[in-house]
Amino acid sequence: MSSVATTQKSFDFKAFLANNGALVGLVVLCLALFIATPRFLTGPNLMNIGIQVSTIAVMAFGLTFVIVAAGIDLSVGSVAALSAMVSSYWVTTSGLPDGFSIVIGLLVGAACGWVTGAMSAFGKLPTFIASLAMLTIVRGLTLVISDGRPIATGDSVSFLGSDLGVIPVPIIVLVLSALVAGFVLNYTVIGKNAFAVGGNTEAARLSGIPVKRVLVTVFVISGIFSALSGMILAGRLDSAQPTLASGYELDAIAAVVIGGASLSGGVGRISGTLIGALVLAVIRNGLNLLAVSAFWQQVVIGLVIAIAVGFDVFRRKNVRH
Amino acid sequence: MSNEPLLVLDKVCKSFGRIQVINNVTVEVHAGKVSVLLGENGAGKSTLIKMIAGVHPPDGGRILLDGEQVKIPDTKASEALGIATIHQELNLVPSMTIAENITLGRVPRRFGIINRKEMRRIACAALDLIGLQLHVDTKVSELGLAQQQLVEIAKALSLDARVLILDEPTAALTTAEIHQLFEVVRGLKAKGVGMVFISHHLDEIAEIGDFVNVLRDGQFIATVPADTDENELVRLMVGREIDEQFPRVRSEVADTALLSVKGLGTSMLSDINFEVRPGEVVALAGLMGAGRTELIRCIAGADAYQTGSVSVAGSRLAGNDVAAATRAGIGHVPEDRKTQGLVLDASVAENIGFATMASTSRFGLVDQKGQRERAENVAERLRIRMGSIDQPIRSLSGGNQQKAVFGRWFTAGSKVLLLDEPTRGVDVGAKVEIYELINEITSSGGCVLMASSELPEVLGMSDRVLVMSQGRIAGELETGEATQDAIMQLAVSNVHRENEVGNN
Ligand SMILES: Nc1ncnc2c1ncn2[C@@H]1O[C@H](COP(=O)(O)OP(=O)(O)OP(=O)(O)O)[C@@H](O)[C@H]1O
Ligand SMILES: [Mg+2]
Repeated sequence: MSSVATTQKSFDFKAFLANNGALVGLVVLCLALFIATPRFLTGPNLMNIGIQVSTIAVMAFGLTFVIVAAGIDLSVGSVAALSAMVSSYWVTTSGLPDGFSIVIGLLVGAACGWVTGAMSAFGKLPTFIASLAMLTIVRGLTLVISDGRPIATGDSVSFLGSDLGVIPVPIIVLVLSALVAGFVLNYTVIGKNAFAVGGNTEAARLSGIPVKRVLVTVFVISGIFSALSGMILAGRLDSAQPTLASGYELDAIAAVVIGGASLSGGVGRISGTLIGALVLAVIRNGLNLLAVSAFWQQVVIGLVIAIAVGFDVFRRKNVRH
Repeated sequence: MSNEPLLVLDKVCKSFGRIQVINNVTVEVHAGKVSVLLGENGAGKSTLIKMIAGVHPPDGGRILLDGEQVKIPDTKASEALGIATIHQELNLVPSMTIAENITLGRVPRRFGIINRKEMRRIACAALDLIGLQLHVDTKVSELGLAQQQLVEIAKALSLDARVLILDEPTAALTTAEIHQLFEVVRGLKAKGVGMVFISHHLDEIAEIGDFVNVLRDGQFIATVPADTDENELVRLMVGREIDEQFPRVRSEVADTALLSVKGLGTSMLSDINFEVRPGEVVALAGLMGAGRTELIRCIAGADAYQTGSVSVAGSRLAGNDVAAATRAGIGHVPEDRKTQGLVLDASVAENIGFATMASTSRFGLVDQKGQRERAENVAERLRIRMGSIDQPIRSLSGGNQQKAVFGRWFTAGSKVLLLDEPTRGVDVGAKVEIYELINEITSSGGCVLMASSELPEVLGMSDRVLVMSQGRIAGELETGEATQDAIMQLAVSNVHRENEVGNN
């Protein structure tokens, strides 16, 4: 831009605030809790938060891909349960080698994602409907396999829920998952295609991007991360419950959206999703520490989601045109 | 400019972030006059009129209506002051009908219930004004771009405003509709409506304008009468002379066809047969609704066709598969950049790079550095005006967005370029840059099929002209024998007017 005058401003605080609302919110939240209760900033409590965050966040990482591609995946909780169940069944009931159990779980997740993706890409079902159908189908399969009873996990899956020295394995898995998801979303063709398809499906198609394949791929990714999340959860309990992770889809969606992703697609960050999941976990933890009743907690969480998303909509409205 | 101006933008300024795009500009609008805004892509024309439309209120300066200062914080306020705006990019709701779109925001009601009859009446009256013969219950998504543009114009006209702003209303229209529009504008002039008109077609300025305000880089340059010589206008606008508007250099044309279309047919098209050889630029001319866009979309794989075949370099393409067409070397600049060409939230670099992202990747990793370099390279050649290549393409001016869509396929090295109004909204200087890239493609053995409603462009840049009429190819002209009259004659041939234009 040759001769356009620029007005100098050193640091645009407003722009920073607008782009990092969730992060600022998280910091404020932590400060408030630190002042309100001495039990917040202690090693065990922080580990506790970390473990709680890990299952939701890992699930939400996968979901971020789907939401970036302008879809929604309601089946994540059910897929988590089925994957944990099948991998436990594989070891405990069938007596097959434990070494493969995690891989089996991940494959189950990928397969579920493939089915949802294919239903919406080739069957032309809206992703909301396809994944809603999968939510109950997959939960039903989980109940069928387990006959409604918990199955003990194999050693590998139990390891996912254990501690490695002082550090809980779920937190290690969380960090690794964040790195992998962030890398795939930002540096690979798969991730960039998801942004293009979510931003403008028609323009993506006319640019030669294989839209249907992209849609299936993001659901497969979502399935894999859900499976991982489910196995962490089962590992913590040393058993796969048939009701495992039920209702988690709502928290996962909330985490992604608080993290700044747009449900209309084309926008989203893994770091944002992680912050979103942290916000939810820190609020829950803080409300517990402050002995707020579980009933009121739900009210507060709902308000937080509304405020976070409302803020984001407001910001977007001011950026457009 | 004798009496008091109706509306004045007085020393207005506007910045986006750190970039100042309007710097101390003063523009007057007079009752019964057409005030033209002229400037290169990104000069700030749209930003200026958005101040009056209540989209981007100015950061500095005043807006005076009838000599009194007014504030226009939003679009509602603008309409309340009697200002109607036709924006450069369409703002229709595709899933709603024409009638619903025209009455959007002021739905006629009776006892609190939508009065459909009145709604249709308003819409019909509005369509009549511009002579658009469409049923008002037609969904906007079923219309072509030109028809959508006309609906948008009708919508603004039906507001019965004192001030009418037209931001490149003619960019998507063919000659016939432009004439009709200008008739309406003349009528409004006589009624004392003050108008602001933006266009990159210089001939339109003398035809309809009264005086011209020239902008360059957000600065006011001069106000001159509308009958000023075109070369002088160009000089004021770009600050240099443009030697040749259509620098077509004929390439050696090989014998074997690069693109061949045989017996192609859909519900809109019948029995389309033609070939384009390496080195050729073939233009598609015709009236609105003649089927040019449909044909291009079928060849590009964007739409399915029922009969016939499309081959590139002898090998037949799968129908309705853009990815396959792209791999075969086809590049497609679609009709509407906003809905079909661009991912508005993605950056300029990403938008330019979509067609090369997969082919240049290694082990599934995007070649970030290469993609950037290629984008920067083509952006420079096309002089895309922007703050940075990483800025969202949404924040570029319309003409610069258009250049980016063209740049995508040039970067991809497409051998068969399908261009649907490639220079829509592009300024005179930048058109020449696009034409030079077209020359480069043909001289390296590629070919171009170009639908254009601008006859000078058709005559100046093509080697052959195919004229379409009612979904058929009505005839072919060598550029030498192609004149405006010859083209128009073919374009209206075998038109058995069925009192229904366009929509089935
Ligand atoms: N929301 C925005 N954020 C940042 N920059 C912007 C924004 N809107 C416009 N600009 C910049 O302002 C400048 C003027 O844009 P504008 O749309 O007014 O140009 P224009 O004269 O209408 O051009 P064209 O002929 O291509 O339509 C451009 O450089 C553009 O990139
Ligand atoms: Mg403009």
